[in-house]
Order: sequence, then C-alpha cells, then structure tokens
Amino acid sequence: MIPAISCDEVKVSYGKLQVLRGVTFDIPVGQGVVLLGANGCGKSTLMRSLNGLETLQSGRIHVHGDSLADASRSELRRIRRGMGYVFQQFNLVPQLSAFQNVLLGAMGRHRLGLLSCLGITASAEERARAMACLERVGMAERAQHRPSQLSGGQQQRVAIARMLMQDPKVVIADEPIASLDPKAGREVLDLLWRIVREEGLSMLCTLHQLDLAREYADRIIGLKAGQVEIDAAIADTDALQLNALYTGMTRVDAEAEEHAA
Amino acid sequence: MSDSTRIPPRFRAPSALTWVLVVGFAAFFIQGLVASEISLDRLVRGASNLVRFIGQAVPPDFSRAPNIADAMLETLNIAVVGVTFGCLFSIPLALLAARNTAPNAVVRTLARFVISVSRTIPDLIWALIFVVTVGLGPLAGILAIIMDTIGFAARFYSERFEEVQKGPSEALTSTGAGRLSVIFGAILPESFASMTATSLFSVEKAIRSAVTLGLVGAGGIGVELSTAMRLFRYDQAAAIILVILVVVVVFEQISSSIRKRII
Repeated sequence: MIPAISCDEVKVSYGKLQVLRGVTFDIPVGQGVVLLGANGCGKSTLMRSLNGLETLQSGRIHVHGDSLADASRSELRRIRRGMGYVFQQFNLVPQLSAFQNVLLGAMGRHRLGLLSCLGITASAEERARAMACLERVGMAERAQHRPSQLSGGQQQRVAIARMLMQDPKVVIADEPIASLDPKAGREVLDLLWRIVREEGLSMLCTLHQLDLAREYADRIIGLKAGQVEIDAAIADTDALQLNALYTGMTRVDAEAEEHAA
Repeated sequence: MSDSTRIPPRFRAPSALTWVLVVGFAAFFIQGLVASEISLDRLVRGASNLVRFIGQAVPPDFSRAPNIADAMLETLNIAVVGVTFGCLFSIPLALLAARNTAPNAVVRTLARFVISVSRTIPDLIWALIFVVTVGLGPLAGILAIIMDTIGFAARFYSERFEEVQKGPSEALTSTGAGRLSVIFGAILPESFASMTATSLFSVEKAIRSAVTLGLVGAGGIGVELSTAMRLFRYDQAAAIILVILVVVVVFEQISSSIRKRII
C-alpha cells in the first residue's frame, strides 16, 4: 500500500547551514506519528518541506505517491489540498470571524475565492459544512467571534475546524499546543487526535511533551541534528531514550565540530 | 574600570558628513533669504495691502451664490470621481508593487516606477498636462486627481500589503489556495481597515487638490476664484474662499469620524 507520506534521504540547507541531513521514513495511511526533537533539530523545516514550502537540496518526498519535486504548480496545489496544516500560532485571519476563517479552508477548491471567503457567495451547502466543522470542535456558538475575542485554545479549535473544512487525508501539526497552557493544550490535542482517528487520517505531529507523545502516538520519530535518531513503535521506546534526544549535541554543536575537524 | 566598560558619552560627536550637510543647508538657507529680497519695507507694504484686501473682501458678496454652488458641485464631482477611480486603479497597482504579492521582480519594479512617477509630479502639473491633452474642463481635473491619488494611495496600500502577518497567508497557501485566493482570503481582509483610512485621506486630499485645479483651467471652483481675483472682485473671492473652507472642513470631519470608527 502506498504510504501517506514518504521521505527519502531528504536534505535541506539554508545557505551553509545543513538543517536536514538525509531524513528517511514512511508514514503508512492511518498512522499517527509524533515527531520529537530539540529546538533547532530541523522539525519545522521537515514539516514545511512536506507541504512544499521549502526547496529540497536533495532527496524526495512523496505524499500518497505523488512526488512534490516533480509536481507542477497546479499539481502542488492539488497535493496541498489533501494535506491539512495546523500551526503553532493558529494563523487565523484576525479580521475575519471564526466562521469566515473556517470557510477559508475550502479556498483551495475555488479558483477565485474573492467573495466565497467572506461567506457572501459561499453556497448554502458550504456554509452548512463550515458550521458543522465548527460544531465538531465545539465552537459553533462562537462562529461570529473574531480570533482576538477567543482564547488560544479556542483559536486552535477554529484552526482545526478550518483544517476539517479542507477535507484532508494527511494532517501536519507543527507544535499545535506549544502556545497553549497545559489544560487547554491537552484538550486541543485530545480533540485533534480524536478527529484524526475518527476520520482515519494520517498525521505527523510535533510535540515537546514526552508524556503526551507516548500517550497519543502510534509511533515516535526522534530527530536529532537533522537526522532520524529514533524511529520506533510507541511500545518500543522508553523515557530514557526519548530524553536523550534533548541532551548532548545540538545541530549547532555538530556544525562547530564538523568545522573543527 | 577597564576600557570596555567605560561609560559611553550621552551624545556621539557628529560625523564630518553631518557637518558638511548642516553647513550646506545653512548656506543654502541664507542664500534663499537674500535672494527673495525680504525687506521690512516690503513686509509693511504687504501688511497694508492685506488690510486693503480684507477691507474690500468684507462683507463677502454672495450674489453669485448659484454659480458658486454649481462650481463647488463640479469640484466635488471631480474629487469624488477622480478619487474613486484613483483608489480602484491603486489596488491592482499596489498588489503588483508589493514584495509579497508581486508576480516577479520586473513587474514589481515597473509598478513601483509608475507609482513613484504619479507621486513625484504634483497635481497642478498633471492638470496642466491633461488640460493640454483633453482640453479645458472637469475631465482634465478628474484625470489629474486620478494620477495624484494613485501616487498616494497605491504607495500606502502596497506598504500595508507588505506589513501583513505571514502566518495567515501561509496557512492559506498550505491548503492549496492559489495566489489570488491568498490575496482575497488573507491579504485584502487584513489590509481592509488601513486601506479604508488611506482612501479617506485620499478623498480629503482630492478635495483640496480639486479646488486649486481650476486655477489652471481643469474645472471646478478654482476657475471662479481666479476670475474673481483677476477682476479685483475681492468680495466675491471672499465668498468663494468661505465656501471652500466650509466644504473642506465638513469633509474632513466626516472622513475622520468614519476613520475613527473603523480603526
């Protein structure tokens, strides 16, 4: 079966800084993977690469068998449509209501979403779907609120509703709860993971909380200095092994050592 | 105490370049004063002329009120039509000129060039150009206001577009939305309040411009004013100036109260 995401020797560099040094892994359809790693290990770069937001130095990324590198602009858009992205900073449009923000999730399907984004020309069916998505994340009553009137946890719920509106097959969640307090964070993670399970989606989610990672993930991939250090089913990992991801050499240290050699 | 922890002076000594600039400016300023032949005698005569002007201007003569009203209406027409088209043309131009929305560097440079040309050439000169090309009358005024508005509004719109947060645009891009969708879904909504404020400023600016455009024959109340002045009918001129004053102030009040509401 074709994996949901497949990375093969992915390398990315910013100028001289080698951020990803040959990352290889597959995520089978329906699997929920947590990506762990210290700040600066290349997690975010990897996430952005999966969405085609970064240019690879070498290696290949396939999403449901489609190669990102070979995709034309319109093909890349089609691939992105099947991939929901949840951001640490929610990235809602501040001037639009929660409802309008959720409608934006359908923008990828429109060629020119001038008015549909504001809910003016969006079909009744589409508006009903947006409300259903808000309902699903428990935000239906706040549909007319702007992001500034919502708490961080509520904003992330709206962002998850926007992701649902997009109707993706794969979810990329880049530190979805890093800006939330522990209680809201757990609620949001609970919601996100429940939705992913119910819809049978595949997910790659970065987290900084080892205990949460072990609680939710099917599998853990640990990134260290731009390389895969751990890739194991949740039962095969122990806390000591995971903690080791955050100790010792960081990428910057590794760079320095390389230069010295 | 070592050298590196020495307390820094409160002010740094100005550089040689600063000195050159300051001295250059002072020299130019003095040369300007001398060249304009300012003398006490001329100022005194000017003051007495002003008193004579005011004497003849008061009381203002409103006998030509219908003509003044017509001309004022034409001025407002010029301003409103010109500024509306100007703002409308400014949006695509600003999108082409902003770093995050321009399709490529060539188009962007070209758009910036167009905007800066329309800004650099003053409105009265645009009016003179259009009076020559389309003839006397309000059309020349409208075209001048359009160019003047583009120079102002397109520049501020594009600066606003460049300032929008990257996050929402990136979120939309990640859903597979195209460039236009990102503009309509994230960048324009984020910029809307600021664009409205800029547009209202453009209206105020356009009304002030439209008043003076008549002086070069581009239609509106300026024609009436320059005729009255040339015929030494200072009382009629005073009436016109009063009408202008009231209209401009009223418009500025309306526009600033709208601005306060949206921001």
